Amino acid sequence: MKVTHELHDRRKSRNIGVGLTLVGFIAVVFALTVVKVTRGDPMQAFDHVVRPEMEVVN
Amino acid sequence: MADLSINAPREYEPTFGDYFALLKPRVMSLVVFTALVGLLVAPGALHPVEMFAAILFIALGAGASGALNMWYDADIDAVMRRTAKRPVPSGRVESGEALAIGLGLSGISVVMLALATNLVAAGLLAFTIFFYAIIYSMWLKRSTPQNIVIGGAAGAFPPMIGWAAVTGDVSLASVLMFGLIFMWTPPHFWALALFTKSDYGDAGVPMLTVTHGRDSTRRHILAYTVLLAPVGIGLALTSVGGPVTMAAAVILNGLFLKGAYDIWRRDDASAEADNYAVEKKFFKLSLYYLFLHFTALLADAAIGGLMA
Repeated sequence: MKVTHELHDRRKSRNIGVGLTLVGFIAVVFALTVVKVTRGDPMQAFDHVVRPEMEVVN
Repeated sequence: MADLSINAPREYEPTFGDYFALLKPRVMSLVVFTALVGLLVAPGALHPVEMFAAILFIALGAGASGALNMWYDADIDAVMRRTAKRPVPSGRVESGEALAIGLGLSGISVVMLALATNLVAAGLLAFTIFFYAIIYSMWLKRSTPQNIVIGGAAGAFPPMIGWAAVTGDVSLASVLMFGLIFMWTPPHFWALALFTKSDYGDAGVPMLTVTHGRDSTRRHILAYTVLLAPVGIGLALTSVGGPVTMAAAVILNGLFLKGAYDIWRRDDASAEADNYAVEKKFFKLSLYYLFLHFTALLADAAIGGLMA
């Protein structure tokens, strides 16, 4: 029983680590999205119809 | 037919730290520092969130290449004392896991860097991982005594990636930042090789000290240090340089050349007599050399920012 217990401890530390890493990753992606959207980076792309507003003006 | 082996208990259950060790955290700290300098001295600016994400994913890419290196080199790592305790040779992490983590993180880091900044930076990061894992680890590390020079190139890319994250291009200044680390690595590492008892020979890795002898290594240190000096001075003359960088380049290269000359002038008999004092001093200086050079670039960027 003792061996199993130690093994569970290790697994727990790993699961918490992976969990926190994933939460951190979500936070980074969310923050990047907020920054890019609020700054107005191009958010449109070709969508099978002509959209003159997307034409690059030289 | 059901394969139940996946449910079989493993002898050792790896912790999160074991997986983290695959990413070579100590190498990562140098990557973070130099990439940050490249990013901060580049003309233009990123949003702090983008900057954080860029550094994070450059570091993650470097970690991914470290994991791929540990996957491929597990056989020689197991033979050498310095590396025998790494997660794969010590049996804490399975070889296939290291490969999966290396490949997975490579993909994530490159795609995320592209989304956070631009394709040039992401392309450079992808090339760095390819270079370190395939060209260096799989090919040249075991076949040429110039392996340190090749490996140094992979470590030299981060400031260039940081620069490209802001500007979207490659410039003379970013190439010279690359050149500074690239030319610095061989003398730095060979000085260490002179005074540490290495077991690369047992692992079948050709090290210059073994293949060409220690006197040849001393000549190589001097030659690379002489070639390094113009790179340092040249960097100070580019748009990212300034009075602080120039002063640092002159002083540091002067000291470095003096140290390399002292190493070249003596042989192993006199080195053993004073327990490799000159070589150890040179190695210590090499650590300061790179750190202060890049700090000087930051200082000039800060001064330029205040004057503007």
